[in-house]
Amino acid sequence: MKFDTPATTNPIDQLKVVGQPVDRIEGPLKTTGTARYAYERHDVAPNAAYGCVVGSAIAKGRIVAISLDAAKAARGVLAIVTAENAGKLGKGDLNTAKLLGGPEIQHYHQAIALVVAETFEQARAAAQLVQVKYERSAGAFDLAAVKDTGTKPKPGFGGPPDTAVGDFAGAFASAAVQFDATYTTPDQSHAMMEPHASTAKWDGDKLTVWTSNQMIAWSVGDMAKTLGIPKENVRLVSPYIGGGFGGKLFVRADVVLAALGARAAKRPVKVALQRPLIINNTTHRPATIQRIRLGAAKDGKISAIAHESWSGDLPEGSPETAVSQTRALYAGDHRMTAMRLVVLDLPEGNAMRAPGEASGMMALEIAMDEMAEKLGLDPIEFRIRNDTQVVPDNPAPPPGGSDPESKAKDEKAEKHNPHPPFSQRRLTECFRTGAERFGWSQRNAAPGKTRDGKWLVGTGVAAAFRNNLVMKSGARVRLDKHGTVTVETDMTDIGTGSYTIIAQTAAEMMGVPLNKVVVRLGDSNFPVSAGSGGQWGGNSSASGVYAACVKLREAVTQKLGFNAADVQFADGQVKSGGRTAPLAQAAGEGGLAAEDTIEFEGLDKKYQQSTFGAHFVEVGVHALTGEVRVRRMLAVCAAGRILNPKTARSQVIGAMTMGVGAALMEELAVDKRHGFFVNHDLAGYEVPVHADIPHQDVVFLDETDPISSPLKAKGVGELGICGIAAAVANAIYHATGVRVRDYPVTLDKLLDGLPSAG
Amino acid sequence: MKAFTFERARTPAEAAAAAARTPGSRFIAGGTNLLDLMKLEIETPTHLIDVNGLGLDQIEPTPEGGLRIGALVRNTDLAADERVRRDYGVLSRALVAGASGQLRNMATTAGNLLQRTRCPYFYDTNQPCNKRAPGSGCGAIGGFSRQHAVIGVSEACIATHPSDMAVALRVLDAIVETIRPDGSTRKIAIADFHRLPGDQPQIETVLEAGELITAVTLPKPVGGAHIYYKVRDRASYAFALVSVAAIVQRDGTGRVALGGVAHKPWRVEAAEAEMPRGAQAVAGRLLAGAKPTEENAFKLKLVERAIGAALAEAKEAQP
Repeated sequence: MKFDTPATTNPIDQLKVVGQPVDRIEGPLKTTGTARYAYERHDVAPNAAYGCVVGSAIAKGRIVAISLDAAKAARGVLAIVTAENAGKLGKGDLNTAKLLGGPEIQHYHQAIALVVAETFEQARAAAQLVQVKYERSAGAFDLAAVKDTGTKPKPGFGGPPDTAVGDFAGAFASAAVQFDATYTTPDQSHAMMEPHASTAKWDGDKLTVWTSNQMIAWSVGDMAKTLGIPKENVRLVSPYIGGGFGGKLFVRADVVLAALGARAAKRPVKVALQRPLIINNTTHRPATIQRIRLGAAKDGKISAIAHESWSGDLPEGSPETAVSQTRALYAGDHRMTAMRLVVLDLPEGNAMRAPGEASGMMALEIAMDEMAEKLGLDPIEFRIRNDTQVVPDNPAPPPGGSDPESKAKDEKAEKHNPHPPFSQRRLTECFRTGAERFGWSQRNAAPGKTRDGKWLVGTGVAAAFRNNLVMKSGARVRLDKHGTVTVETDMTDIGTGSYTIIAQTAAEMMGVPLNKVVVRLGDSNFPVSAGSGGQWGGNSSASGVYAACVKLREAVTQKLGFNAADVQFADGQVKSGGRTAPLAQAAGEGGLAAEDTIEFEGLDKKYQQSTFGAHFVEVGVHALTGEVRVRRMLAVCAAGRILNPKTARSQVIGAMTMGVGAALMEELAVDKRHGFFVNHDLAGYEVPVHADIPHQDVVFLDETDPISSPLKAKGVGELGICGIAAAVANAIYHATGVRVRDYPVTLDKLLDGLPSAG
Repeated sequence: MKAFTFERARTPAEAAAAAARTPGSRFIAGGTNLLDLMKLEIETPTHLIDVNGLGLDQIEPTPEGGLRIGALVRNTDLAADERVRRDYGVLSRALVAGASGQLRNMATTAGNLLQRTRCPYFYDTNQPCNKRAPGSGCGAIGGFSRQHAVIGVSEACIATHPSDMAVALRVLDAIVETIRPDGSTRKIAIADFHRLPGDQPQIETVLEAGELITAVTLPKPVGGAHIYYKVRDRASYAFALVSVAAIVQRDGTGRVALGGVAHKPWRVEAAEAEMPRGAQAVAGRLLAGAKPTEENAFKLKLVERAIGAALAEAKEAQP
């Protein structure tokens, strides 16, 4: 199904099942421990041996010698895989450093060996016996120190590196009020509960890996490329995922090494990355340095806005696209954005929940708070005055390649619109609604003036903004003689609720109750879906299921000889022109099946699709010690139709929690001498605990967006983390009068500005 | 984890004798720290002596009016004991400020005293650490040292002792009771129990080879308001940046000890004379001679402010 014109009325609009706050359908499996995760697939891969990964002890250099003798002689050892004995390996398109390193070492804890043994304990003990001699080389590990060596990155997910509209320099210089500040965000870890884990098994030249992965089709491709085998010979299965946050978008060392280990040991092998390895072995959200300049007239209208960002990555890596939201969020005739990328020899950076916007909004939304104060305006009012219904800076897409197909595409493409309208944009309504509910009008605007006993109390706001991406997504739907509808797609559920919204979509479309729908996900044998990333998964994959259901409805209608014009599917029955038949009857003995893929064409170019929100936060800051306690949180979101208010709310409060972590504590500490993240476990890398999080309110504005998909829904999984950290930082400023521009806002950065202890 | 042999001891004397007999042995009780260290091969005992069956799990009154806490009393039970909560509130509060419920259910009184630093360089076997590998250097000096010690440090080590309980025991003047392999017993004042790093940071206590802690005794209660004020980057389940154990009498006199600032619970009795004059005066005396790193210099100010917060709480507790 091509989706190229705005959605009109369709069966989803009945909202009998879709839009209802139903519990997660796979919830009981998870709460009873019967949902089997990748490392637990004894049922399908019995007799598996255990692999333990050896990580490089240096950040950059070479392995001079590696001795496996002691490890090989250890009890239970079956095989040891290294780059020397693994045979020729390719590199996937989506990982920067090699997943099995050596002799060249590209980053700390890069995998250099896998020791396979009968038991996990034996593998771990033998891994310690692998003796490696290294030759270190100098590396760059300090972003601030090498910032000025930054170069223009290639255009990627975040658009071109530079954009400009009007004359920023001139407008900024002549602005009545000017603001110029630099912010920093640290490296952050996904820190998901389930480690990267895989169980691999070979049947002849065919490989199956039960793994924990967000993007099945991408990863099948990269596995095939890495191992140098045809894609058809790779099957990935990932039905349950204990958190990913972007850290499992790609094939990582566990997948490759489990496959190589299984080949070497000639039996199934399972590999889970040890917790201390995860932070330096896999990807992280890269640190940024961001400079923001704002120029405005006295009435608060922005005339000039500039956002520049510097980040680092390994050679051939990519930038943190922290400036992208600034191209779309606020009005202003004269503007520029720029991203620069430096080479750092730290572990590779990549996507973490809301890449780009999460970091960019951390800076931009403090800057807006600071500018509002400079202008003497309420921070909400300042934002509303600069609201826009068209994109102020929509860069032209890079020209296509020289191949005939992309040339034809370029010719077909409509003229580039530098200021496309938003499909829906209700940012102002988010702020107004939130202000009302939060009691914003009662706020004393002066910082440091509100006290509750020993606590300095402050409130802060920030906009939430995240683009809504749509991705091609396929599904297969089968109807059996009992009237059960089974959906199969390689879509994944990373704790987001994919199972449930897909079931709701199929139930609505086929007119059956939720318990007559079976959903099977995360298997590369199923049709290729959008996968879970960039908050595109829910809307895109459910739309793919919609498309397949439309086909199945047609098949049912035809089979029953009903009239397509007035056919209705409800309560397990099919009705048309006074005739009624049970849905199951259409299936017959052999059942009926339909498969389709939704393809989004044109509308995402004609309109800017984004999701919006407003975050409100109240904090208490201990007047003596600077300890910060978040006291209240409210998010008002406008994100199209909410397919399931319960799972959507869970997504938003989870994202808000992650944002509190970003605001207050999350930071990978870089050892700038030896080039690694020092706090590489969950004791050292602190994320919020229950005691850090107060009651969280989430309001969804009642909205449908017919431009986004047949479901009129949008992504919501990442919106909640965008802006929240700045709202916390702004609240801390309001409580204390201390402005911190370097995240996380830990108490040591507040102490000097707090009231004297006497 | 290296392979090891294992035995269950039946009496304290037998446990101590067994430890002396087998070089490279360790006692194991709750295992909440030792097992982690063994998995990472930071600790590589060849023999484990399980002391859980020694029956040292009672809290009993002493003839002097204090309490004798068996070495195996679990942190959860100790924190919840009615007598501890009534007469030694600082201990109860320190215990519940540490770790998590699950860990406190396993962790024992003696084990808590003997837990090892959480310095990340100690935990990463690729990195130099004089405590783990004497002579290899200190990764934290010149590295990531935000959590580290600011006083009593040496050029060999700037690690902190991570225990909250020990800080409360220090302010309570607890006594550590032990038995040695030859069957003799001794009493060690908590002040003398832990060592400063000096040039041998791998030696953390004055315990001799095979010496087993059997109990910790508390002197008779001293009254006053009991405060444990722990400052950290999140609200729970984190080691202290700085913690303050304080016992404050109505007249403003009292005692104070610090956690998170040194290789041992930090108390300077002379500083306590300053208590009526307030936090700044106390902190100044407590931290005289401090040698922080650039990254943890904020702890000096934080100590003063945390003592201030503790004294303010004490005032609220007994207006």
